Amino acid sequence: MNTHDLSQFIVFAALVSVLAVPLGHYLMRVFTGQPIWLERVFGPLERLIYRLADVKVEEEHYWLNYAAALLIFNALGAGLLFLLLSYQNYLPWNPQQLPGLAPDLAFNVTVSFITNTNWQSYSGETTLSYFSQMVGLTVQNFLSAATGLAVAIALIRALTRREQHTLGNFYVDMTRTTLYVLLPIAFVVALVLIQQGVPENMHAYVTATTLEHATQTIPEGPVASQIAIKQIGTNGGGFFNANSAHPYENPTPLSNLIEMICIVLLPAALVISFGKMVGDRRQGRALMVSMTVLFLGSFLFCYLAEAHGNPAFTAFGVDQTISKQNPGGNMEGKEVRFGILNSTLWATLTTATSNGSVNAMHDSFTPLGGLVPLFNILLGEVIYGGVGCGLYGILIYVMITVFIAGLMVGRTPEYLGKKIEAREIKLAVLAMMLYPTCILGLGVASLLIPEALKSISNAGPHGLTQVIYTYASAAGNNGSAFAGFNANTFYQNIVIGIVILIGRFGIILPVLAIAGSLVTKKITPISNGTFPTHGPMFIILLTSIIILFGGLTYFPALALGPIAEQFSFSQPPTQP
Amino acid sequence: MNWSRHIRSSFVLLVFFSLLTGLVYPLVVYGLGQAVFSHQADGSLISVQGQIIGSSLIGQDFTMDIYFHPRPSYAGQGYDARASGGSNLGPTSTDLLDAVHKRVLALGTSGVSFVPVDLVTSSASGLDPDISLAAAHIQIARVAEARHASVAEVGAIVEANVITRTFGVLGENRLNVLQLNQALDQSMPVKQ
Repeated sequence: MNTHDLSQFIVFAALVSVLAVPLGHYLMRVFTGQPIWLERVFGPLERLIYRLADVKVEEEHYWLNYAAALLIFNALGAGLLFLLLSYQNYLPWNPQQLPGLAPDLAFNVTVSFITNTNWQSYSGETTLSYFSQMVGLTVQNFLSAATGLAVAIALIRALTRREQHTLGNFYVDMTRTTLYVLLPIAFVVALVLIQQGVPENMHAYVTATTLEHATQTIPEGPVASQIAIKQIGTNGGGFFNANSAHPYENPTPLSNLIEMICIVLLPAALVISFGKMVGDRRQGRALMVSMTVLFLGSFLFCYLAEAHGNPAFTAFGVDQTISKQNPGGNMEGKEVRFGILNSTLWATLTTATSNGSVNAMHDSFTPLGGLVPLFNILLGEVIYGGVGCGLYGILIYVMITVFIAGLMVGRTPEYLGKKIEAREIKLAVLAMMLYPTCILGLGVASLLIPEALKSISNAGPHGLTQVIYTYASAAGNNGSAFAGFNANTFYQNIVIGIVILIGRFGIILPVLAIAGSLVTKKITPISNGTFPTHGPMFIILLTSIIILFGGLTYFPALALGPIAEQFSFSQPPTQP
Repeated sequence: MNWSRHIRSSFVLLVFFSLLTGLVYPLVVYGLGQAVFSHQADGSLISVQGQIIGSSLIGQDFTMDIYFHPRPSYAGQGYDARASGGSNLGPTSTDLLDAVHKRVLALGTSGVSFVPVDLVTSSASGLDPDISLAAAHIQIARVAEARHASVAEVGAIVEANVITRTFGVLGENRLNVLQLNQALDQSMPVKQ
């Protein structure tokens, strides 16, 4: 890595580290009900809405009740979004007079946005009205992130409370997340993005007459307000088809830096809050180290693969050397202003978290470069992870790790003084088995059904990678794509929609059930026999189990996809 | 468990947050954005004599010899801003390799041994407004000849329009093709 790329990375890493610590502290205050400054602004509004909605702050939920509140709230949100999308032609702010969405597409978009996936089988600029983008999608960008965070907070409470039964109040957690965390950050980020060039208007599309007297129709819209929350909430759905590669979503290297920070900020801060809330910062630090090791490894791998470029291009006389004059590397599907470093750093971030926005097209990455985002998703997006879901995802891995460690020494596994017993392990394994079942099971079905096969746009191993990536992205609620895959077919809209639902609620329910069972347990004091969950031994064990799980489960599929493609890539056929 | 109470609470909160995050939030951002950064909020449009010629952020196609050419684009038929997107061709795809090879040959770079990669590969958005410095340099001779100008004159305009890395660190050095071509037209008008 040259000094320029290294310094860009250091600026990014330093800013995230500096910002995540105070934000982690702030999050803890929000969720433990400590006084915060913003309550002076939003406090009256918060109390008013609780009164209207008949929510009592002191009334806490048992896990089933917490889950019911979450499911009902999400189901109503889904119903509203489905109606808005289906009938957008009767609603205001539709200057392009776009028609309502077909039922299969409306179903797919609805499911995708209520689950924080933001998979898009449509292109925004030709499909959605400004009203749908705002009142439909922007709203769910907030609420799906708040839902994820609420689940993570419930799980943390379960680990810290002793011999109790309740996990908190879902409505209060969701409301406080939105009012005190997501909305203020989104507001500031949106204004900064407008300054950088992200549009925020309600115009009809602009018709320009170019210097060569051709016409160009340029879409507009309330872009900045949605882009801000899409990055902060690890949503990732684009206002435009090209997502964060589109110059209107991400116009400058500075907007790119800000958006990258937003992608990872809340997930990283939440790990710090976790350490504080369980009363032992070393616990948070152990998770953070494990995540960072995995992150640095995957980022470097991806960067080196892309910086190396495409050997077939070199044979044609193309210069792929990185220099001040030339961004270099494999520039197919990448933007000049970002170059290789920002494209690969973003690709790693967006899949390490469950964001899924892209500023370069993963489908055109080199085989090993494209393997990295795919592998990150397959690991379950626990490297920092999505807002909330990253933390509960890695805590499931932690339970498996202490269980295996317990087996090795022959003691009942414990985490933070809570005994991890058969019920928790069964639920954790259930949650972990859902991903491979969806990805490999339903993904492979895509290879057998002729109707489904039509979606594949590249021949050979790359086509297989497209399928695995699509189903991994859906199950992991990531939403990024090997975008050549044509997902807007009846079959794919429905099947991918179902996979997304399983990948979201099929994980949330076991996690809440685990929380419900942990919260009732007592906290046993640390003894000589306690396996410490903050030392290097634990970090190595956890990291290895994350990699092994991903490696063993998916290795055959990866060997037939990206790894097979690498062999033909490194020795390109001679051109006629 | 009280289902009807859950439904009522959920419904009221959903309506409240739809109004707050779906209308109040974007409209406040809209109002402030329009008031403080109206040029950017309106899409960074460039007008010449009241006529919009494009947006400085959105790439456009240029095919005439008197202009610098942008990168290849897969947005619609090329730089169609209503159809943003990349080629999504895989790295071993024969379609991709053939296309890149053809573009290298079409540049007819006699005297230039290496073609900068950005000029023969398509961007992610299909609307990349920029090209690299190297990609501009290999076009200077063609543009100068078409404009009956010296290579040095055109080279000076290129140098004057270079966008350097933000704060000397972020992103890549580059040239905005539309702004560069506009500058050319201003300094050395061509009769058409």
